Amino acid sequence: MNNIFVYIEIEDGAIADVSLELLTKGRELAATLGVKLEAVVLGHNVEGIEKELAAYGADTVWVADDELFAPFRTLPHTSVLCGLIKAEQPQIVLFGATPVGRDFAPRVSSALHSGLTADCTQLEIGPHKDAKTGKEYENLLYQIRPAFGGNIIATIVNPDHRPQMATVREGVMRKEPAAQSATGEVKAIAWREYITPSDLAITILDRQIEERKINIKGASVIVAGGYGMGSKDGFKLCYELAEVLGAEVGASRAAVDAGFCEHERQIGQTGVTVRPKLYIACGISGQIQHTAGMDESSMIISINTDADAPINKIADYAITGKVEEVIPKMIKYYKQNSK
Amino acid sequence: MNKALKIVVLAKQVPDTRNVGKDAMTAEGTVNRAALPAIFNPEDLNALELALRLKDECVGSTVHILSMGPMRAADIIRDAIFRGADGGYLLTDRKFAGADTLATSYALSCALRQIGADVIVAGRQAIDGDTAQVGPQVAEKLGLPQVTYAEQVVQVKESSIVVRRRLERGVEVVESPLPAVITVNSSAAEVRPQNALRMMKYKYAMTSSEIAADVESLSAKMAQKHDYLKIVELTAVDIECDEQQLGLLGSPTKVKKIENVVFQSKEAKRLEASDEDINGLMVELIASHTLG
Repeated sequence: MNNIFVYIEIEDGAIADVSLELLTKGRELAATLGVKLEAVVLGHNVEGIEKELAAYGADTVWVADDELFAPFRTLPHTSVLCGLIKAEQPQIVLFGATPVGRDFAPRVSSALHSGLTADCTQLEIGPHKDAKTGKEYENLLYQIRPAFGGNIIATIVNPDHRPQMATVREGVMRKEPAAQSATGEVKAIAWREYITPSDLAITILDRQIEERKINIKGASVIVAGGYGMGSKDGFKLCYELAEVLGAEVGASRAAVDAGFCEHERQIGQTGVTVRPKLYIACGISGQIQHTAGMDESSMIISINTDADAPINKIADYAITGKVEEVIPKMIKYYKQNSK
Repeated sequence: MNKALKIVVLAKQVPDTRNVGKDAMTAEGTVNRAALPAIFNPEDLNALELALRLKDECVGSTVHILSMGPMRAADIIRDAIFRGADGGYLLTDRKFAGADTLATSYALSCALRQIGADVIVAGRQAIDGDTAQVGPQVAEKLGLPQVTYAEQVVQVKESSIVVRRRLERGVEVVESPLPAVITVNSSAAEVRPQNALRMMKYKYAMTSSEIAADVESLSAKMAQKHDYLKIVELTAVDIECDEQQLGLLGSPTKVKKIENVVFQSKEAKRLEASDEDINGLMVELIASHTLG
């Protein structure tokens, strides 16, 4: 049938957002190609999961339910997915570009000798003509991703090998239930046939996972600090402003690398992508690495001492001044006017 | 920990894409690659440090660098030797050009079969591609288990290794049989500095092509005389591979199109840090319900 597979990641017993985003996009691709959308679940105690997946358009839900699959381990996941792909021959397989997806998707692609494009931000279907051989292809998956530190956007195709595989960054694509729920027919994966004893080589001795505390993706107002905040102490101004405005705090890679702020708050190509109503960029120069993760914000205010900082090219309001001066004034006048 | 290990670190020389400043952008807003310095991939330095610590712990162990790239990538092998590596291999051949991650992993895995290793350590990903694919793919091609996002080696046992991994929201400690492939996160220990004595001793470490390029020089003569100054150069023939699987030819993925990202200018409303401007802005934001 050469359908589309989406690997479904389970996080704290719930379906990861990125998997639902992929189903949303997968639905569109499947409609273009006239094929079915199939979800693949490898987990433990996942019965009933098909309802939510069907609501997002999964025609089929492949399930392997065993404690072998949770918590995630590379080798059993790889063997089972490879076995299922060989049996079902999907033309496209999509994964979230999460630590799990980025761990085992490359291994699957190597075992199947099919190409894999990492961290895509866009997927489309289109034709392709090989420049050398002149051979023409129809309905290939365009795997579009930033590369070279985000300074170029590359479109990758996989003309001769199947499946075409891609990982997609979390939060880049929209998540939307289907207008009409799909059937979500559950099919059991014959996973015992695919597992070998060597797949059990790695033992998890200990695992400490914290609750996800920070939710910058869902915030409608974000105060983000960059290297221009000067220090970890200076960065506290961002928290002060965020608290007054009821906003979440974000950071640029430079600020995270400098230790001003934890990695979970990083916005940009190597962090999360956000689309808030208002984005206040404090002491952020605006390298593409950062702006790629926030340039779809409805409104952008930048505070920078450099009037020519690249961030000002995408800002709606560019305040030229020191953050230590501007932020306290914003707090003061917000309080004064909001009463 | 007294098991002697043969450790190989996979390292890549990359353009420094992290700080693409004004100088590196052309007037059209595209990247001028020539203006970017070639550096040791940052997470490969974390990998090197993890390997050197393993060597410190496990008496009799050795650390060698394996890098695939052009001639000048020998620079990072020398850098690693100055920091404590015992030697290195440069995998260099025009046949490797244009390789995607699979073709790269194939070449590296063939070389690793020749070299042999108990532990293969690599950075999680390289900053020019950010794919994080080569480590897992090398592991698959060699039929070895993989431990990704490693932060620290907790223990080395007779035939296994215990590693702490950094996950998105926590840590995991796993035990893997050896040999294994470990990819190292930037949250792992920073690399040690170059050692002055080692710099003096290994200043003239060179590949055979570097020696051939300037055979009459003092450095080439030194390198030729002493075995410890030789960086091993490997070509496609040396690693006994299927050439169909190398380079562009062996790459399932093809680049269809490259677009430079150009900053799109729109007019920003310019404000000063004055009380009047900031007050006006806050009034506007509240009135438009953007805030509050």
